[in-house]
Amino acid sequence: MLDRREWMKRAGMAALATGLASQRAFALDSATLPFDNGERPLVRYPQKRPMIGQTERPPQLETPFSIFNDGPITPNNAFFVRYHLADVPYDIDPDKFTLEVKGKVDRPLKLSLKDIRKLKAVELVAVNQCSGNSRGFSNPRVAGGQLGNGAMGNARWRGVPLKAVLDMAGVQSGARQVTFNGMDGPVSDKTPDFVKALDIDHASDGEVMLAYGMNGEDLPVLNGFPLRLVVPGYYGTYWVKHLNEITVIDNVFDGFWMKSAYRIPDTPNNSVEPGTAPRATIPINRFTVRSFITNVSDGARLKSGSTTLKGIAFDGGKGIKEVAVSTDGGKTWTAAKLGRDLGKYSFREWKLPVKLTAGAYELKVRATSNGGEVQPMTPFWNPAGYLRNVVETVRVTAA
Amino acid sequence: MQHRIFLALISAASLGLATVHAAPVSYKVPDETAAFKPGANLDTVQNNCTACHSADYIKTQPRGEKFKKDFWAAEVTKMIKVYGAPIEDADVGKIVDYLTANY
Repeated sequence: MLDRREWMKRAGMAALATGLASQRAFALDSATLPFDNGERPLVRYPQKRPMIGQTERPPQLETPFSIFNDGPITPNNAFFVRYHLADVPYDIDPDKFTLEVKGKVDRPLKLSLKDIRKLKAVELVAVNQCSGNSRGFSNPRVAGGQLGNGAMGNARWRGVPLKAVLDMAGVQSGARQVTFNGMDGPVSDKTPDFVKALDIDHASDGEVMLAYGMNGEDLPVLNGFPLRLVVPGYYGTYWVKHLNEITVIDNVFDGFWMKSAYRIPDTPNNSVEPGTAPRATIPINRFTVRSFITNVSDGARLKSGSTTLKGIAFDGGKGIKEVAVSTDGGKTWTAAKLGRDLGKYSFREWKLPVKLTAGAYELKVRATSNGGEVQPMTPFWNPAGYLRNVVETVRVTAA
Repeated sequence: MQHRIFLALISAASLGLATVHAAPVSYKVPDETAAFKPGANLDTVQNNCTACHSADYIKTQPRGEKFKKDFWAAEVTKMIKVYGAPIEDADVGKIVDYLTANY
């Protein structure tokens, strides 16, 4: 039961032997994600525990999957990191930070962090998941960040509703979208800055949040300190970090990161025949429903007899209705017991005692949302490797 | 002893991150270690690619027959057309050849 989804390789001794080790932040350990070319260094960054290093500049860090077995909340120091552009704001003075609200508003605002903290705070537990989470499992493989299943996390976010700030500014009639820009930017001015947009009704729904707190602390620097957008149920691409510029516009934003990138097929299940291109696309939006077994990893050898399987499930905001587990490769299913409900945007824990006599097993887990969405038994495919939510399979042997 | 004082300073600094009136934050990422494989036209690749991203962006991409010349040519074209990489025409072929040969 101690084995993990990533098979940690102790390469540390070799590094020590050559005298390179302790001062180097890198290269003590490595992790192997379970797909071809899945070797990654296990890296150490300030405010983070050892993370799976996807890229160094800009930094992209994946959460080691074993952490999801520790509880429904992902610790700040284990939360995944994803940047697009290398001009990351590493030097931030929170007392000088301002959030600008402008565009089609009656009263343009410049709010300090203190101004924002004075507003009535709200808290919400919500999953953030990278659009490309699990892309490495896409078959056929596709270009992009080759992530395992660890580009997701669940946190208790604290901040103010975006609606409160928009109301302060006074949104003008005719407003159609709101754009969000953070302090991070491109190295070259020829590269499109990372700017995202939400429809005005979505932005004003009272749930989209300007968050300064995460699990009772300030946001870690690499998770958007001092302020980030939280868009519950939506993929992480919308959760703009280091957020300092909000613009209300009266058209549909046509920036690269909305118009060309982060698009999914405009088809049923947003999928196409593997290897083909869609005719029309739409911006990526809500999470698909997913579930995982977290306490047993693929290839594990278990003691025969009684064991309790446990894991997590989540969806795009309807909440989890049911999690079913199969120990016979999907022929029969048993409903698992759901854990405490931390809200419809949160990871929902589940567990199920099972009896495994000696032999080989294909364990499967399948979640159904309150909206009736069910995980598919075979994966959907799209050219960018987004939205993966196939029923996960864990092969184990009991002896 | 000196080591211990150093550690104490570090923990004071990390506590500072969590207070409301936080001092300016200066975040230090680890030194970059990802490197390109040796090969013909390596210098052209380093001169053109590393301004915007580290080498691991390349080495983590899928491998295999479908991820050879056409794949890398499409990636280099994307870097130029979409992300505005100022790569000279004469260098494009060299970069594609290097990536195809080494990744």
